[in-house]
Amino acid sequence: MQVGTGTSVLNRIAIGKIRIFKPKEYNISEETVADPIPELDRFEKARVKVQEEQRELYDKAVIAAGEETAAIFEFHADMLDDDDLLDSVKSIIVEQNHTAEYAVRQGFANMAQMFSDMDDPYFQARSADVLDVGNSMLDVLFGYDTKADDKDEPCILVAEDLAPSETVKLDKSLLLGMITREGSTNSHTAILARSMNVPALIQCKQIDESWDGKTAILDGYNACVYVDPTEDLLKSLKEKQAEDIRKESLLLDLKGKSNTTIDGKTIKVYANIGGPDDMGAVQANDAEGIGLFRSEFVYLNSPSDPSEETQFQAYKRVVETMAPKLVVIRTCDIGADKTIDYMKLAQEENPALGYRAVRICLTRKDFFKRQLRAILRASAFGNLAVMFPMITSVREVRECKEILNECRRELENEGVKIGKLQVGIMIETPAAVMCADELAEEVEFFSLGTNDLTQYTCAIDRQNAMLDPFMDTHHPAVLKEIQMTIEAGHRHGCWVGICGELGADLTLTETFLRMGVDELSVNASSVLPLRKQIRSIDLSK
Amino acid sequence: MKEFTFTVTDPVGIHARPAGLLVKEAKNYASAVTVKKDDKSCDMKKLLALMGMGVKQGETITVCVEGADEDAAAEALEKYLKENF
Repeated sequence: MQVGTGTSVLNRIAIGKIRIFKPKEYNISEETVADPIPELDRFEKARVKVQEEQRELYDKAVIAAGEETAAIFEFHADMLDDDDLLDSVKSIIVEQNHTAEYAVRQGFANMAQMFSDMDDPYFQARSADVLDVGNSMLDVLFGYDTKADDKDEPCILVAEDLAPSETVKLDKSLLLGMITREGSTNSHTAILARSMNVPALIQCKQIDESWDGKTAILDGYNACVYVDPTEDLLKSLKEKQAEDIRKESLLLDLKGKSNTTIDGKTIKVYANIGGPDDMGAVQANDAEGIGLFRSEFVYLNSPSDPSEETQFQAYKRVVETMAPKLVVIRTCDIGADKTIDYMKLAQEENPALGYRAVRICLTRKDFFKRQLRAILRASAFGNLAVMFPMITSVREVRECKEILNECRRELENEGVKIGKLQVGIMIETPAAVMCADELAEEVEFFSLGTNDLTQYTCAIDRQNAMLDPFMDTHHPAVLKEIQMTIEAGHRHGCWVGICGELGADLTLTETFLRMGVDELSVNASSVLPLRKQIRSIDLSK
Repeated sequence: MKEFTFTVTDPVGIHARPAGLLVKEAKNYASAVTVKKDDKSCDMKKLLALMGMGVKQGETITVCVEGADEDAAAEALEKYLKENF
């Protein structure tokens, strides 16, 4: 058995025969030609043909991998309209009397060099795109068949590197996995592999020609490949692979289905996210909305206090992507335990009970207003709600709403478009539970933050492992509080959800449903298991 | 001549596909459109040159528009940049 290691692109396992992919060779003559006109003509014809081809690849990739991934082929097609590139190739033909093939190789290589000399890894990786289009041009000039060369048997493809157009031309039904010696996680091979859901190992330096035709396991979880694996290894990884397939079929079975119990009660299952980057997982797991968008990332990812515009762009992106589904943004929940330099928060004896969340926002009004204005502006782009954390009194909610209205009036005077915006609060302190009736009159929804609620109710610090023996995550006091909150909310026409970790606890799903919960918001990966659980419950029994 | 500045908020900067669309937008106008960053400058109607500037998130570019339709072009390009980068 031989083992190769590299960087994994997708957590999946592929088992099958290896096929070594060899790029085509181009024998390009260095000799000059007497008349450059026919060469210019051949170049122009090839350019038109490759541009058409790239547009076709775009259409093919939209179906295979989605719009965003396919976009690279549009870039390839646009490249063939670029005057600098075209002029440099043409001048090699006209000034140096070289063939179209020679000029294409030279002109595209020079342009690729410009990108590989750049500092930024994203722009560096574009040099592969330039070379890829150059090779497509050479294919046409040499009259090579530009269709992919597929064998009939499914295989794990091994190559020095794969250009995006080579990757997309491969017949996906015959492609088990990809291994390349080169390539970066920014390369389109990696991106395509990810969106085609095919495991890939890149930067695998042990690749060897002798692997051709041998059985191998590509283990995406451990970023390695086993060539001629032992029987035991083959058996255990086959089991792991079968488990992945079971999980995926769960996904296929449940995608698009409603969260309805056997006896017909339907609730919402939303996802929790920490920033725009989590959107892919939200959509892949078919969440019906976002029940908790932790806005802290805009503060944590910024070297200084983020501007209204920066926040607006981030919120808008999420709201627009999810529309018409609901997105609930929780306002800044920075606290003394999550300090940020530019916020200049003092050290505290007891941060969990300290200066955090709305307590900061209500005393730093300009800071709070920047976020609220950004949220109000984003509300014009979809279905948005704002949620205030760490509420303990009616007075705090009224103050938050007053500042929100002030921002609304300002924006209206500025002529800025604002959409509908639901207003809700987190219920995560015992005080809020006890005042839930009064609080419900102020807002449209409640979301129970069970992590903090448990910590505050039981007076147990979550971070302190010594207290684990005293911790009961299903403490009856907390369950009672959840029940009280749901009932109080419903008395006043509020919908009530749970966005803490308890929401994903499948042993409590039935309890919550019987309490009348309207929504559960969980991590994206828990959405479908939760849906499965809800669909197996019968409340009439 | 019309001139405006723009700071890129897109995490990848002025990258492949939106850059292609920006070039197409610029080509809709007869005016010459120049993009400047630090001491470098390029023609906004040239895709690879524009990408070669390597404009990243947080960087500010200056756009100069000169020609018969410069008012309309500057307005449209500024709007396009704001919406897409």
